[in-house]
Amino acid sequence: MKRLSVPILLVILFSILMGLSYFEVIDLYVQTVILFMGINIITSTSLNLVNGNMGEFSCGHAGFIAVGAYVSSILSVALFTKSRAFGPPILPPELAAYGFPFVLICGGIASALTGLLIAIPSFRTRDDYLAIITIAANYIIITAIINIDKIGGARGFMGMKRVIFAMEECAEIPWMVLWVFLFTVLTVIIIRRYMSSTYGKGVEAIRQDEIAAEIMGVNTNRIKLVTFMISSGLAGIAGGLYAHTVGYVNPKSFDLLKSTEALVMVYLGGMGSITGSVLSAVIFTLMLELLRPLQIIKWVAIPLLLIIIMQFRPEGIMGHRELGDIFPKLKKFYKFK
Amino acid sequence: MTRENLFSPSPSARITIKPIELNDIVLETFLQNLLNALQWGSFYSLIALGYTLVYGVLRLINFAHGDIVMVGAYIAFYISAALLGKYGMPQVLPGWAVLALTIPLTMVLTSLVGVTIERVAYRPLRRKGAHRLYVVITALMTGLILENGNLLLLGASRKKFPELIDKVIYKVGAIYVTNLKVGVILTSVLSFIVLHFIITKTKVGMAMRAISYDKFAIPLMGIPVDTVIVFTFVLGSAMAGLAGILFALSYPILDPYMGMSIGWKAFIAAVVGGIGDIRGAFVGGFILGIIEISVVAVFPSSYRDLIAFSILLLILTIKPTGLFGVPHTTKI
Repeated sequence: MKRLSVPILLVILFSILMGLSYFEVIDLYVQTVILFMGINIITSTSLNLVNGNMGEFSCGHAGFIAVGAYVSSILSVALFTKSRAFGPPILPPELAAYGFPFVLICGGIASALTGLLIAIPSFRTRDDYLAIITIAANYIIITAIINIDKIGGARGFMGMKRVIFAMEECAEIPWMVLWVFLFTVLTVIIIRRYMSSTYGKGVEAIRQDEIAAEIMGVNTNRIKLVTFMISSGLAGIAGGLYAHTVGYVNPKSFDLLKSTEALVMVYLGGMGSITGSVLSAVIFTLMLELLRPLQIIKWVAIPLLLIIIMQFRPEGIMGHRELGDIFPKLKKFYKFK
Repeated sequence: MTRENLFSPSPSARITIKPIELNDIVLETFLQNLLNALQWGSFYSLIALGYTLVYGVLRLINFAHGDIVMVGAYIAFYISAALLGKYGMPQVLPGWAVLALTIPLTMVLTSLVGVTIERVAYRPLRRKGAHRLYVVITALMTGLILENGNLLLLGASRKKFPELIDKVIYKVGAIYVTNLKVGVILTSVLSFIVLHFIITKTKVGMAMRAISYDKFAIPLMGIPVDTVIVFTFVLGSAMAGLAGILFALSYPILDPYMGMSIGWKAFIAAVVGGIGDIRGAFVGGFILGIIEISVVAVFPSSYRDLIAFSILLLILTIKPTGLFGVPHTTKI
């Protein structure tokens, strides 16, 4: 029972979500908000791996989201749909539903490779200097995308909705809910397992003291490389999901403001806490949607609210603790490794 | 050749002169661009100085700094508009006197804004011993509040900064020099010298250096840490206010988001120079200005950020602590 409780809960949640969206109990707006929650969970947990667990300060997460979003949407549009930029579909559109996860993973791999852009300088540079490198990397990625005219440049890139329609011709189910849910759960499991592996111990060691870790025989360069690549790769998957949920990507939507959002989610949840990141991503998305009627006041109210939260809980909601650390009695009922 | 074109930093303002030999044109274009780059770099330098002052003392990246520049520009706009008789006040002063009054008033008011932010947002967190990065996030949020609060209060329409002094164009050889360009460059050099004097020669400066050296031992020596920190914010924000006025004078259209990207870039400039050292910030600002202008002079302008930041990344990869930064030695 203890082993099965988390999978059972997830399956129940999944079937509720799928059922509600399949029978159109919840409208498309609520569905989109739920999708954004999943995407934000991936974004914040993946950034948390670098900023919280490893103790670096990466400010350019949106750059990797952008790479994932562009690569996976270009691939899916070129492979499965007829488009002006890439001509007729390369593969039959009926394969869209099966090919989509591979396309997403390709986007993830592409942005993991882009993660090398900051992983390699990170061997020699630390904290605030690394922060600058990530900001510069974000700028570089955005301007590089703007300058490639084939994929729309500053006008943005669209056509991902047709991929979704192609998937729906296969089977009439809410595909995006399925993929976002699957990849969100997958991300959390990957990060959880990574953090409890030997590498994870090395990551913890780097956070506490990098030099001491190196003296103790931790291969800090390799661990940094792998951690940055995992983090940016998962961000790329979040980007791919974002692109296919919205149906349109624009380089301007991945600027430093998006990175700031990711940072806020990490630090609101508490550094190094997966539960905190998940919780804060959900809260942050809800807050953005609930305060929507306030229009421009929203953008004053949300930062103000966050500053006030910071004043009362300077370590974030969870503060480097997981769910089981806060409610020890719950540990009897679940096991999530 | 219109006047506006002449003052823009972009090299599209290449001056068309009577056709002479190519070498001369290349040299003149180069000198003209260098002048523009120095002006553009002056803004970065002034803003980077503010970043680096706060960073040097508190080890806090004050991400709200770019928006304080924006606030400074708006304060300057309202003061000069009031002095010019916009709000029912009689206009008695000539333009240059308005400018002479606007600069100190703006610097004082902007430093008030900076100190208020420190007092309300940063100090409580510091007292609670929050992790350094939580203060950084608070700074980011403060910047957002300043931007969007401005949008909320003053509306989305852009403001046109009044022309306070007549633009005089001097022709040195074939290069066009305006009094504004010279003024901007001189002001930034002058403020750097003043800051350098304050930091290296005065008692407050010594206290600032001491806090950045060891912030645990310093209160025990009887140095009022909070007062020194407030003083740092006064200096930094005054620099931001000055940068705001000069920016508004050079590019007289104000909008709430004007400070954001120039602030981020100035921070990058400060780090390339070696953050925490004001010489580094000063030099870094000019380096970034020169790189940006020369990239735009050769490539299409949409490549500016791409190439400029790649060069900066390269500098940081070769010299990880920036140009003037000293590597930290830590005991384990």
